[in-house]
Amino acid sequence: MKKTDTMQGSLDLLVLKVLSRQPKLHGYAIMTAIKRTSGDVLNAEVGSLYPALHRMEESGLIRAEWAAKDTGRRTRIYQLTAAGKKQLAAEVTRWHTVSSAINRVLQEA
Amino acid sequence: MSLWSRITYVFRGDRLNHEIDEEFAAHIEEAIAAGDDPAEVRRSFGSPLRLREESRDARIVAWLDCLRADVVFGWRLLLKRKVTTAAAVLSLALAIGACTSAFRLIDALFLRPLPVAHAGRLNVLAIRIPDFNGTPLTFDTFAYPDFALMRAAAQGQAELIAASLTSRTDLTYATGNDMEKGYVQYVSGWMFDDFGLQPTLGRLLTANDDRAPGVSPYAVLSYNYWTRRFGNDPGVLGRTVHIGSGIFQIVGVGPRSFTGTEPGTVTDIFLPAMMNPAVVRDDNSWLRTLVVVNPGVPIEPLRAKLDAVNLHFETERSKGWAGMSQHNIDMFLQLKLLIQPAASGVSRLQDDYRRALVWLGVLVLLVLLIACANVANLMTAQAASRTREMALRVSIGAGRARLVQLVLVENAMLALFSAALGALFAWWAAPFVVSRINPPDNPAQLVLPADWRVLVFGLLLTLAVTLLFGLAPALRASSIQPVTALKGGEEPHAKRRSMYALIAAQVAFCFVVLFFAGLFVATFRHLNSQPLGFEPHDLLLLETVAPHGQPPESWSQMADTLRAVPGVKDVAIAGWPLLSHNKWSGNIGIPGIPRSEQWGYFISTSPNWLGTMKMRLIEGRDFNSTDSFPGQAIVNQTFIKTFFNGADPLGRTFEKVNPSGSRQLCQVIGVVPDAAYSSLHDPILPVAYVPFRQFDSKGVPNPAGSGVFLLRTSGNNPLSLAPTLRRLVAQTNPAYRVSNVQTQQELVDNQTIRERLLALLALFFAAVALLLAAIGLYGVLSYSVLQREREIGIRIAVGARLGSIARLVTTQIFVSVCIGAAAGIALGMASVRSVQTLLFGVKGSDPSMLIAPALVLLAAALLAALPAVLRAARINPSIMLRAE
Repeated sequence: MKKTDTMQGSLDLLVLKVLSRQPKLHGYAIMTAIKRTSGDVLNAEVGSLYPALHRMEESGLIRAEWAAKDTGRRTRIYQLTAAGKKQLAAEVTRWHTVSSAINRVLQEA
Repeated sequence: MSLWSRITYVFRGDRLNHEIDEEFAAHIEEAIAAGDDPAEVRRSFGSPLRLREESRDARIVAWLDCLRADVVFGWRLLLKRKVTTAAAVLSLALAIGACTSAFRLIDALFLRPLPVAHAGRLNVLAIRIPDFNGTPLTFDTFAYPDFALMRAAAQGQAELIAASLTSRTDLTYATGNDMEKGYVQYVSGWMFDDFGLQPTLGRLLTANDDRAPGVSPYAVLSYNYWTRRFGNDPGVLGRTVHIGSGIFQIVGVGPRSFTGTEPGTVTDIFLPAMMNPAVVRDDNSWLRTLVVVNPGVPIEPLRAKLDAVNLHFETERSKGWAGMSQHNIDMFLQLKLLIQPAASGVSRLQDDYRRALVWLGVLVLLVLLIACANVANLMTAQAASRTREMALRVSIGAGRARLVQLVLVENAMLALFSAALGALFAWWAAPFVVSRINPPDNPAQLVLPADWRVLVFGLLLTLAVTLLFGLAPALRASSIQPVTALKGGEEPHAKRRSMYALIAAQVAFCFVVLFFAGLFVATFRHLNSQPLGFEPHDLLLLETVAPHGQPPESWSQMADTLRAVPGVKDVAIAGWPLLSHNKWSGNIGIPGIPRSEQWGYFISTSPNWLGTMKMRLIEGRDFNSTDSFPGQAIVNQTFIKTFFNGADPLGRTFEKVNPSGSRQLCQVIGVVPDAAYSSLHDPILPVAYVPFRQFDSKGVPNPAGSGVFLLRTSGNNPLSLAPTLRRLVAQTNPAYRVSNVQTQQELVDNQTIRERLLALLALFFAAVALLLAAIGLYGVLSYSVLQREREIGIRIAVGARLGSIARLVTTQIFVSVCIGAAAGIALGMASVRSVQTLLFGVKGSDPSMLIAPALVLLAAALLAALPAVLRAARINPSIMLRAE
């Protein structure tokens, strides 16, 4: 069930990190947060973001609720769960391990 | 929680779609508000449908969603084809219901362990003796002294428990004349302890109640009886009950689950074995010996040990048998003791109905197979009309497994509906059959719980049925080649080949069912038309007891009183009624003629008994009031053939030689034609009718403790006299009690209960099987004509005649019917041997028994083929070809 190829894994990591900084964001806000904080380098695609959000919601890493907006529409906002925080810590560690390993390989050359 | 939400979303799919759409809309709104280009934002979503599917898959259980879709689709298809669905469900329901009923009966009688501790270690002793012809006879009753010896020998290896045959006994809770019947069983006091049973009320019997003969007049009621007779009244403790000549105090009520050790009989009252008057006698075998083997004790050494004890007991006992020839004694002493598993208890009903129920099970299983074959053919025909749909599904990417699931789900729904309907049928049918097993006044009481055992059987059966009729069509649907299917070209022949194979199987099974039904019906008719030798109509039987015994004169006075009742034409007395399964036998000694090994049979009768029974006297005279036993006898023709070598016996004498050596001399004063004696299943026995007036060895008149008054009545319904007669007997002489009133006709009917039941059920299933097979045949023929309409049209257009069209349409089906019938005959012939014991006066190998079902089957096949042939003949080539 859990596909952990690098791109998807890093998208999950980014979403978790964004939500840990600022809880209760909706999908668009998460997308713009990733874009802004990465200095416009990373761009989460809508087509990947929402399935990822829904998948993480179902596996209990994040929690969603409906919030009313001023326009009268509802929007779905997400926040981390306890399991999500734990997962974030694990993902961060893993990311550091992997990236430093990759860096070492690159420096070797 | 997350799994649960995913499952609930399966059933609220619309709401989920709506939520996903709403979230996307909010996203777009947000983005536009933030100043993004609306067109660009929308484009970033790509195909919204695809994205929605992806999100949706993340949030629900995908396979469950597929299943839900299949169920909805299957339901629509089933509803669309109402007639086909109804036919399939009804035929399957009938078959599943019949199978479940048969399982309930077989389970309750043979498989279900008794609700006692260590049921798995429960065994029963039996004795096997070679009879006169060398075929083994099996008995399972023992004398108490023998039991006591064996129990002592088995100490430490097994516990032996005595349990009498449960008998329907006269008893009363008052001292008046209100006798009632109750099922009484004498059991070892330690039985309840060994079985780990707890009382509902008061106490159970203990080993202390069984220490010495006659000292513990205590009774324990079964829970079932306590409810039925006393409405669960706790005040029953301490009351007394008169049984036979004893008075017993009720000390407790047993546990709810325990109904005795005999499946088919619910024991009402348990008494200590030591309270049975026969407990001291070594020549009265009245108890079954149950054996609870200790864990780890091997059976065979234990059996050998008990066998030796039993043989020693019987050898000692046989030394006192002066009346028996040495040959017979030697034969008897070849007895072998057996230990048989008895986890589910032991009863006569098991012996009587083992084969009958197994064969009934086989019949219903065959009907189930026929029904499955029918539905499979139906499904195949349906699938043919869905090839395009299936091809389309494959083309747009449905996997094979998905298609198999689609068809299987639909079939499983069909099977589930049938199973539900079948369960209703079984709910009613199993108790119905049980209620028909024994005589109406003494019905079998089989506990038929509908618990997990029945449920599991039903579910397994449903699963098997689904796979049986559904798997082949499902696999075929999935293996479809979209290219050929969508082009319109099919391969109808492969499909039809399997249909014809199924038809042949159906015909074979149907033949077997018809064949057995024929055998059972012939058996019943044969048995029913057996000459009785007397006239049972209008004959009322008053079974009467005189607990302290009454002299013969008193009995005949009572008969005179009864004769005066209006509507009573004639009255006589006998020891017991004919055909009531009672037997009284002895060796016959005739001066000057070597002793025959055959036994003679006796029944005591009063003067005018022959007249009342409407039995003809061939020669000699009837008894008069001075005749007695020993003294005079009237014999039947078989008796003359067997013992007098056919010579005229009038005036000659014979001796009844008893095992103890005592001899009773009788002079033959009359000869009557052969008549039924104890059972219609027996061959005609040599019978001597002796006077009801009897003397013991010292010439002192024997008071009779029981007898039956036979009343020849003039009314249409002899039983309407019963209340009057009961009252009259009680008023005339309080020493008498009428214990049972029935008609002789009932006794005659009771003789054929099993055969009638088997014949009725077999006939019913034969009709169902025939109907199903005919429907199947009709369906396949119609389908094949439908498929070949073009071809037939062309043939007619080029001048084919009706005959050749009919041949074209029916040849293949005729061949499969013939193959099926041949297979059926082979099957029937192969299995008829094992059914022979259930038959009477019918040979399974009798050609007429084979020809009749074959003809019936052929007629049904012709009838079923007719509509299709007519349809083929009526095809109008010009219309048909223009339509193409």
